[in-house]
Parts: sequence; C-alpha cells; structure tokens
Amino acid sequence: MFLIIETGSQVEIMLVSSLKKKLAGAEGDFLLHTDVEIARGGITAIAGPSGSGKTTFLRMISGLTTPDEGLLEVDGEVWFRKEPGKKTVVNLKPQQRKAGVVFQGYALFPHMSVLGNMLYASRDMVLAEKLLHMTGLQQLKHVKPGNLSGGQKQRVALCRALMQQPQLLLLDEPLSALDEAMKSVLQDELINVNRELGVTILIVTHDSSEMYKLCDRVLLFDTGRIITDTSPRELFVERATTQKFAFKGEILEILAVDAVSIAVVAIGNNLVEVVIDSDEKETLKAGDIVIVGTKAFNPTVRKIAAKDFDFSRL
Amino acid sequence: MNPHVDTEPFFLSFRLAAITTVVLFVFCVPLAWKLSQTRSGYKPLVEAFISMPLVLPPTVLGFYLLIFFSDRSIPGMFLKETLNIELVFSFEGILIASCIYSLPFMLQPLESGMEQVPAKLIEASYTLGKSKLQTLFHVILPNIKPSILTGLIITFAHTVGEFGVVLMVGGSIQGETRVASIAIYELVELLDYRTAHIYSLILIVFSLAVLMVVYVLNHRNRVTG
Repeated sequence: MFLIIETGSQVEIMLVSSLKKKLAGAEGDFLLHTDVEIARGGITAIAGPSGSGKTTFLRMISGLTTPDEGLLEVDGEVWFRKEPGKKTVVNLKPQQRKAGVVFQGYALFPHMSVLGNMLYASRDMVLAEKLLHMTGLQQLKHVKPGNLSGGQKQRVALCRALMQQPQLLLLDEPLSALDEAMKSVLQDELINVNRELGVTILIVTHDSSEMYKLCDRVLLFDTGRIITDTSPRELFVERATTQKFAFKGEILEILAVDAVSIAVVAIGNNLVEVVIDSDEKETLKAGDIVIVGTKAFNPTVRKIAAKDFDFSRL
Repeated sequence: MNPHVDTEPFFLSFRLAAITTVVLFVFCVPLAWKLSQTRSGYKPLVEAFISMPLVLPPTVLGFYLLIFFSDRSIPGMFLKETLNIELVFSFEGILIASCIYSLPFMLQPLESGMEQVPAKLIEASYTLGKSKLQTLFHVILPNIKPSILTGLIITFAHTVGEFGVVLMVGGSIQGETRVASIAIYELVELLDYRTAHIYSLILIVFSLAVLMVVYVLNHRNRVTG
C-alpha cells in the first residue's frame, strides 16, 4: 500500500520561482531572472540569442552553477532555496540532483568504451543493453569515443545521461554540430526516449525546425529574461507569417529586364529569381536581408522589419 | 690505486629515490587535485611555498632541516625522547629531506595535467552522481597518464641527483646516508679519480636514459594526443 501525499501539483515536475543570477554579458552585466513551471513529460525548448542565459539556466538546474537567490523545486523536492539577504537554505550538490545532463560537445570519458561510459553512471547492465538497443549502438559498445562519429557520440552521451534514470533530462545544444540527416534521426530518438521512458526534457536549441518537430513549448530568453513562453506552432506559424510561405534570404543582385526588375535572392543554398515591381525596387538593394513570401498569387519580397520575428537570432 | 666499485651507494641512491617517489606520489595526488580545483586567494602563496626548493640553494633547506631535526630543537627533542627517532645523519632523515626537496618535481606535472582535463569531464562525472574522490580516480588520473609518468620519472631522477641537502642532513655514513653523489664527492677528496670516473659515468648514463624516456613519452603523447 502506498500512502499518497499531495505535494503540490503532480502535473508539473519543475517549479522555478524568481531564480536569479547576475551574469556578465558582452554589453555589461545583466540579471538572469526566471520564473517558470515545467509540465511533467513534455519537451521544452530553451531558445534565444547567445549570451542570453540559456546555458546558465540549465546549469542552475543541474547544480553546476549556484544561483544568487530563488527557488528551484523538482518533483516535490527542493533543490535550491535562498531568500534575498538570507543564508542559503537548500542547495543540493549536482550528485544529489536527479537530472541527466547532455553537455555541448558531449563530454564523453575518452579512456572508457561506450559501455564503460554508460556503466560508470550506473552498473545496471539490463538498462544499458536496453538503451544500446534503442539507439542502435550494440555493435559499438566496446569502441572508445575517439573512434566514433558526432552522431554516435551524441547517442552515447544521451544513453549515459539516461543510465541514472533521471526524471529530468537537460540537453545543451545536443544536435548543433550534426548534419541535417543525422539531426533528424536523433530528433526521432529523443521523441522516442521522451515517450518510452517518460523523461521530461529541456533542450537548448537554435534550430527552429527542431523546436517545431520536437517541442511542445518554447521558452525564448533575452538578456536573462524569458520574454516569450508559447508553443512552437504559435511562435512560428501563427505569429510570424500571414503569408502562405515565407523564406528569409539575401538579395545578391537586382537585374533590370525590359520593364520589370528581377531580384536574385539566396535562400539557404538555393538561388531564386523573383520578379519585383517598381515600388519594391525602390526599397531594395543588393545585400539586403529580405523575406520572400507569397500573398494570393504574386511572390513578394520585402526587407526584414523590426516587428518581424528574426529567426536567425534563435 | 685499484678502483673498488661498490654498489652500495647506488643501491642507497635508488632506494632513497624509490621511496621518495612513492611517498611524494601519494602525497601530491590529493594536493594537486585540491590546488587544481581551487580558485582561492591562498593558492599562489601555497604554490610559491611548495616551489621554493626550485630556487633555494639546497644548503639552506639542509641547514634548517638539520636544526629542526637536532635533539636541541623542540621537535627533534620530542622525536628522540618520545618516539626514539633520530633523524640527523640517518636514512629516515635524508628521506624526509628529499621528500621536501623534490616535492615541486612531483606536484607541478600532476597539477598542470589535472588543470588540462576539460572542466566538462569533471562536471559530467558530478552530474552522473560521482563524488570528487571517485572522479579523481576514475576520470582524472586515467586521463593524465603522461603527466603521472613525467612526475614519477623526474622525481626519481632528481632524487638520485641530490647532493647538497643529503650532505647537510645526512653527512656521509656508509650504508646509511652515503648515496652515489656523495660517494663521488668523497672519492674526489681522496683523489681516487678512477673510481670517481666510473661512478660518474654510471650516473651520466642513467640520467641520459631517464631523460630520453621522458622525452619519448612526451613526444608520443603529443603525436597521439
């Protein structure tokens, strides 16, 4: 028989309340100040320009960085609590916090094999075999990290973090160094891990398609504050565009052909030619960053304005 | 005069060096770990203090150890009267002296090796629930093998090459404190150049071999690392 004691909402796994830390930024010091509740079982993206406090936020959760003050509670257990001007009441060491961390750059132990890295976290051979199977690493379990590709290293880092059966998995830009195909495979694996093991995931990412595919919630950081807290769909589709489609590109050249002008725009690795009218031509020049979209039938090209959400800043 | 090559001074030198190396390794691993992890303001002071034997004349260290060990000083008196240990002119005395004298040669390679281990590996170990001690043994030490080897070899070789401190603290007592370097000094005083040549050549060959090993190890580390 279990005696169930109500410890706040069972729906939320993590509560962050006025968790603060003074940070040194490129444009002077700023205060990282976060208030957020994270629901159990979801995948939450942490996005924002570099130097906005994303990584520090994860480090405060994992216990690698000590906040100046605030409250951090995970699964009904207080991990950090300090009221302003008073002594720290609770500050669990990283070893005591049940959070799995996947570091940027993987941080695998070079002298241990794939399996060795995993068993260092926990001697649970059954779980290790299960995770190796889930990620297709069985053949590589005796290989040292130095001989693995980026995608394989990432899988090992993920498996190692999962060996402690954490309730919370923190990933710091786990896929940024990988090519698109590998990213896609690993995104599927993360979704798989989230569903099969029921782990709540927080992931720092710059990749808008990754947020869209993976996450049910996006926390957008800017100079230490969560400025937007919404779903990826809302952020990318409903807010950013009224157009049917829209791509960001750079004008390479504007050609005059008879009565019309043609803008040559580089979008990703593709070059497209878009007919522009004389009004548009007046406002555009080579080198401008533009949005190419469509309204009704005609493609439109316009300069990025301040009101546009700039995805490149993610 | 016929040379009478006695192996005892070499045996003493190597015994002294081996014990010094082991003692210093055990002592320096935790100290280097502590120093590599701390950002305390005392760190430069501690490091400067430990590195002093690098710049001080060995005679200075030997002089103060001699005073410290002598039964006219309070610690010396304590050792003699309660523990019945006499450190002056004894093997134990030159052992303690050479541990102090060779300390930086063990500490510095270990500390700089540990500082070069990426902080992320250490943090990863902590987030996997491992204590500092477990991290030291399972993550740090296996990743600084070249530094450990350098520390061991240099400390051993430096202790074999010691002269001033040993002479001050231990004098030249056969079978107790007359190590190879002191034996050579005595042979020269006795004008027995032939034996001195033989002893010296042995030490030259030994030193060359040791340094070769260190450079080969360093080079191999650079190539594979």
